[in-house]
Amino acid sequence: MAGIRFRNVSFSYGDKKILENFSLDVEDSQIMCLLGPSGCGKTTLMRCLLGLNKPETGEIYVGERCVFSREKRVNIPPERRGIGVVFQDYAVWPHMTVLENVCYPMKKHGLPKDEIAGKARYALEQVRMSDYAPYLPSQLSGGQQQRVAIARALVSSDEVIVMDEPITNLDAKLREEMLIEIRQIQKNIGTTILYITHDQEASLQLCDKMAIMNADGSLSQIGTDEDIILRPAGRFVFEFIGVSNFFRLTKKNNSWCFHDDENLQYPGTVPDEYSSCVDMGVRPNDIVFDDSSQVRGKVRRSVFLGSEYNMFIDFGGQEVRVQRSTFDDGAGTIQEGADVGLKFLNPVFYHAKEA
Amino acid sequence: MFRRKNTSDLAAMEGRRLGLDGIMTGLSFVLLFIIVVIPIFMIIYNAFFYQGKFDLTLFTSVIFDKENLKAMGNTIIIAVAVTIFGTIMGLFYAWLLGRSDIPAKGFMRALFTIPYMFPPFFGAMAWDLLFSGRAGYINRWLMHTFHLRTAPVNINSLGGIIFVECSYYFPFVFMQVVSALERMDPTLEESARIAGARQSQVIWKITLPLVKPAISAGALLILISSLAHFGVPSILGFSKNIFTLPTMIYALINRSGGSFEGIRQGTALSILLVAVVAVALVIQKKVLSSGSYDIIKGKSMRPTLIKLRGAKYPLLFLACLTLLVIVVVPLVMIFLVAMVKAYGLPLVWKNFSFSNYQKVFASPATMDSIRNSLFLSVTAGVVCMFLGVMIAYVINRIRPRGRNVLEILSILPYSIPGTVLAIGVILAWSGAIFGVTLYNTIWIILVAYMARYLSFSMKSASASLQQVNSSLEEASRACGATHTESLRDITLPLIKPAMVSGFFLIFLPAMRELTTSILLYGPYSRTLGVQIFALRDAGMIPQAAALASVAIVIIIICNAIVTWITKDRKGA
Repeated sequence: MAGIRFRNVSFSYGDKKILENFSLDVEDSQIMCLLGPSGCGKTTLMRCLLGLNKPETGEIYVGERCVFSREKRVNIPPERRGIGVVFQDYAVWPHMTVLENVCYPMKKHGLPKDEIAGKARYALEQVRMSDYAPYLPSQLSGGQQQRVAIARALVSSDEVIVMDEPITNLDAKLREEMLIEIRQIQKNIGTTILYITHDQEASLQLCDKMAIMNADGSLSQIGTDEDIILRPAGRFVFEFIGVSNFFRLTKKNNSWCFHDDENLQYPGTVPDEYSSCVDMGVRPNDIVFDDSSQVRGKVRRSVFLGSEYNMFIDFGGQEVRVQRSTFDDGAGTIQEGADVGLKFLNPVFYHAKEA
Repeated sequence: MFRRKNTSDLAAMEGRRLGLDGIMTGLSFVLLFIIVVIPIFMIIYNAFFYQGKFDLTLFTSVIFDKENLKAMGNTIIIAVAVTIFGTIMGLFYAWLLGRSDIPAKGFMRALFTIPYMFPPFFGAMAWDLLFSGRAGYINRWLMHTFHLRTAPVNINSLGGIIFVECSYYFPFVFMQVVSALERMDPTLEESARIAGARQSQVIWKITLPLVKPAISAGALLILISSLAHFGVPSILGFSKNIFTLPTMIYALINRSGGSFEGIRQGTALSILLVAVVAVALVIQKKVLSSGSYDIIKGKSMRPTLIKLRGAKYPLLFLACLTLLVIVVVPLVMIFLVAMVKAYGLPLVWKNFSFSNYQKVFASPATMDSIRNSLFLSVTAGVVCMFLGVMIAYVINRIRPRGRNVLEILSILPYSIPGTVLAIGVILAWSGAIFGVTLYNTIWIILVAYMARYLSFSMKSASASLQQVNSSLEEASRACGATHTESLRDITLPLIKPAMVSGFFLIFLPAMRELTTSILLYGPYSRTLGVQIFALRDAGMIPQAAALASVAIVIIIICNAIVTWITKDRKGA
């Protein structure tokens, strides 16, 4: 059991800087989700941790053990870092059976035979692949191969496991089951898991903590899931986590207006720190219909999604997304083309972006 | 010595200065330098420098020699004619077997690839037996039957050489185009028909342009092979003083008894031959500049077949006749002459015996040649198999600086004519490299084979490595396997099929090799091809045919083994 520490890690491919002075702590026995848009350097960071990429600067610790340090000239090869890994493309060895795949890491670590057999059986049970032990990967579906990869990672280390998008190929139901399973396994063994994904729903279900990475490879925010959802640290995090609507408000005659239009006033308050122009972000489910509101729009389209309605509202030429729960009063009665009043709850304000 | 990319430098910071990657990279560069660069350099150096000084006199005198110019003309005429006729022939039969409803396709297709397996000089021998001047069997029969005074067909001519080379080289285009036709999406043709194009328009406007890259690849192979070809022109041309550049080089060196002066003249001619090949490559690229199309899909689909209707049986007859002439006749001829008691006797039952085989197997020189060829082919196959994997691994995985150089160096010898390569090897291994002299030993042939065939196994391993995602190896590193263990447990087992096929890709052509061996053999290092050539040269034609028939049997057996192995892989 060990935590992971990145200290000022930098890495670039040729001239392209991927990571610059990146630091991150993953606490012992936690699941940390590293969330970021594709191409932001998540996978590169994972490869640095595994020892497959050599950073240009910085240090990486697994527990108290330094696995990489530029200054101390330490670079432990991947096979001695003791980190389990689930690769994005599973990397299940096609010439070995499921059982051989799972046993291989333990053989390499020199475990006794009966212990290997027991652990392999247990790991395959955990990912529900026990019946497939003698199969070759080519006989399995993508999702099954992914589960073999997870089982293999579970037996390769009880300290740290890194998972790079490990469940993308599973169907929705199995995905949820796997997430619960991973959570359960982690609780049982106490492994530290660094879970890399761009799927925020998976990370919300799974993680103890989330780290949001910017497109340029820097960290935007680290915190619990509630922190990130309820108190996003910046516009990037707000936009990245879930769907958002943005409104440009400008100050005219001491009141805040939409669309530079004096007659279209924003009824709420704007923090004093903004002087002339501000962007207001509102989640789709934080916009409610209120006939008494002066802010009016027209329902363009309403899509029924089972538990909720997804509505697209034309607000003076701007498309606004609104989500209404099916069980809200009168949610189903609003017809396309109807004229509605809009009320904004929980708005967040950011400095206006250059257009 | 070679700076590697940061990303793969896993072990360097740990105190180990040179990891496995570094050793493999260094070894690849050094080996290719010795095997490929030095011979090529020696040719250029010896052609232009004499006793350490720049000297063009030899070069100009050789180049402007009338005989040599004539040889160059012959080489070009033969190569161009063979390329044109071979391409047309290959294209026609590829279309016939790939796209029409002609019967017995599978069977004919198997037969059409047969010429690919046998060395063309066997065919030349057979045709020579049938049509050489007044002595050829068919010529004699024709003269006798129709009371002709001169031989009706003379195979010992440019036309004869072109015909024989054509019949052995058209499978290059045939095989490329058939597989392209098979992988082509049939909906492309169908949609053209739906859009209102006639059948003939579809062939010209859709099918042909789509298989153009395959045609051009096949035609290029024919052109290079024909320019560098030694066997057919030597067998059919020597008696009538028809020379091509490769046979001229051989004749020059042979005439001078292997002296340095002869080799120097050969060197100058080699430069000429390489120049012709290079020009041909450039022109070919201009004429048939190949666009690559993605519409040819990887998986096999069932194309719509064109109904031949009334032309079906005439075309079937034509195809069968072609097969009879280019496949059956030469093979049968070799076996018949191998049985005949003395060359020239009519091919009737009472003249047949097995005495030629007895002589062949009783002769120590012949048995030696079989042993030598087996040794050379197996050794070159095994060594190149591992070297090819190593170089492919360095190029694809370690990706050091200068990997392009590595790739070019390993593929380059393939487009260098075998004759030229042989001269380079002679010059390089007559003391130029660390004073090592391998001339007249079997090892110099081995070195030449390695240079010549390394690209086969390298390409095969390279293609296979590209299929093996590098994350497979990375996963095993993370699972606790060292670099060496990952290679042994993961990468090598996964590319094993490619290694096996790489071995046979080298073993089979090496077994029947003539072009380089004929310049490199010594008294105790004759190869199978050389021995057949020498027996024939000495007038012992039935014995040469007997040995050739033995070679044919060996080749057929080896091919059967290859087919068996590859089929086994597919079934697994």
